[in-house]
Amino acid sequence: MPDTRTRLRAPVLLIGLLVLVAVLVSAVLAGASDLGWQRVLAEMWAQVTGGQSPLSAREAAIVWQLRVPRVLLAAIVGAALAVSGATFQGVFRNPLADPYLLGAAAGAGMAATLVVVLAPAVTGWMVGPLPLAAFAGAIGGVGLSWLVGRSAGSGTNTLLLAGVAVASFLTAIQTFAQQLNTQTIRQVYTWMLGGLNVSGWREVALAVPYVSVAAVVLCLSARLLDVLTLGDAEAASLGLRPGRIRLVVLAAASLATAAAVSVSGLIGFVGIVVPHVVRMLAGASYRVVIPLSLVGGAAFLVLADQLARTIMPGELPLGVVTAFTGAPFFAWILRSSRRRVS
Amino acid sequence: MTALSLHSVRSGYGDEPVVHGVSAEVPTGGWLAIVGPNGAGKSTVLKTVAGLLRAQGEVRIDGRARLSRKDLSRIVGYAPQDPELPAGLTVTDYVLLGRTPHLGLLARESRHDLSIVDEVLERLDLSALAGRRMDMLSGGERQRAVLARVLAQRASLLLLDEPTTGLDLGHAQALLELIDRLRHEDGITVVSTLHDLTFAAQYADQVLLLDGGRAVAAGTPAEVLTAEALAAHYGATAEVSTTGRGELAVLPTRPDGPEGVSRRTGPSSAVPEN
Repeated sequence: MPDTRTRLRAPVLLIGLLVLVAVLVSAVLAGASDLGWQRVLAEMWAQVTGGQSPLSAREAAIVWQLRVPRVLLAAIVGAALAVSGATFQGVFRNPLADPYLLGAAAGAGMAATLVVVLAPAVTGWMVGPLPLAAFAGAIGGVGLSWLVGRSAGSGTNTLLLAGVAVASFLTAIQTFAQQLNTQTIRQVYTWMLGGLNVSGWREVALAVPYVSVAAVVLCLSARLLDVLTLGDAEAASLGLRPGRIRLVVLAAASLATAAAVSVSGLIGFVGIVVPHVVRMLAGASYRVVIPLSLVGGAAFLVLADQLARTIMPGELPLGVVTAFTGAPFFAWILRSSRRRVS
Repeated sequence: MTALSLHSVRSGYGDEPVVHGVSAEVPTGGWLAIVGPNGAGKSTVLKTVAGLLRAQGEVRIDGRARLSRKDLSRIVGYAPQDPELPAGLTVTDYVLLGRTPHLGLLARESRHDLSIVDEVLERLDLSALAGRRMDMLSGGERQRAVLARVLAQRASLLLLDEPTTGLDLGHAQALLELIDRLRHEDGITVVSTLHDLTFAAQYADQVLLLDGGRAVAAGTPAEVLTAEALAAHYGATAEVSTTGRGELAVLPTRPDGPEGVSRRTGPSSAVPEN
């Protein structure tokens, strides 16, 4: 009997991982300062084998202190946003849901603005105040939405509407603070457009624990997310507690989102597009969507960041690049999948 | 053996009671049809038995009250009136979700679970559609897939809320025949709501008539489905007759009699002249 399940097949995962590795390596080889990709490759080979490197100490520092952490951070942020988006779409059974839906973006934006406005001169912490504030703001925004939603009743629609209310409230505070301090608008705006231009190993270390924990939790919960798509009544009749599952997976997804936002600002589009592309190419079961969104999100954002830092002399905001490249690609996938259906 | 017994069950949504004291007994292997006008509380009774609503009174399943959610899900299979059909999942994926009560929270399905699903698909004549996406099924195929999901649960009590919704006469009949066959082959108990009273009379061996959240009649189809009861509780005029093969049939009739047709909608009155 042929296997008619939607499963993560080994060749598919392998191809995905190979593509990711290729993207990661190529992103390290190319950069704003032209070191020559053969020489960078030789340097990487020398690090592995302990041989002689063709790069000077300064050039090696560019590779290991600037490029590698930045590329890794792009991968981590992309994986986090894509897997959170997939989770939000599953929990809310809404294809337009994205990781910022429950106030993560608004909370982070408000907190970042307040830091820029109120404490512009704080420096010398181990981690800058901006990432910390953004992280706390994102978690706070989602937590507030959850509390408001729960006080109004159970169910995903209530939670969704609570998210809308909380997000507009926090955005109003942010806008107000900004209006009172117009000289900071540029700094806040740059942060909000998203980017990885200040990334180093510190940011990688900051984001990795949260994103890994979230990734493990979400991969383990993939089958439960499939059951949740049946709706609360049926999930409950199958012996599950849909409210608890939602709490756990939304907490995990929000943690990953907050970690991503804190190191990279607000990068749109990844959370919506990547899971949909995965669905169209590999199937709609969350056992496929969750792991492949991690891989696909990582590869997509590394590519987008590579464009952002090399296409023009100055750097483009990463959020602009993801939308500019992602939207046409998404439209193409949408068209071709529709044609295949009809 | 009694598969399900309800004793003065009250339940509803939030503080709004919908069902006010319903009692019923269904023997193992029986088929109880819950009928009644719109808003009578039919679906609410099913949801209460499925453990989805908080209830007062006593609900006993296989003689046991207050089953845990997990235990309940291994005995009771519930198919709502308008089930969510996850787009993009294959029929196999969907039916496999019915194995959830038998799996640990984070466990994966074993070969045993897969063979149960294959067997259920075979039995419901869905094998050829096993790899088809749920959103590409016709109405009849979809209802069979929902039934397959409930059967994969290996439940002994099936709660089916309007299983024939959206099906034409032939497909509705085929589905009910299928349910009846499974009931006889496996000895499972069926409790279903049914809009179509003729189907209720033909397939169920007991009928419970609800009106305004109260049980107003219970018994065999012939005892419950009378012209008087239909008039009193549905506000309907109908004849209850017996077919040549001895089956009960409920036939609606025009309140004013057949000649009322020409009197009200005849050509002379349809186009007012002035």
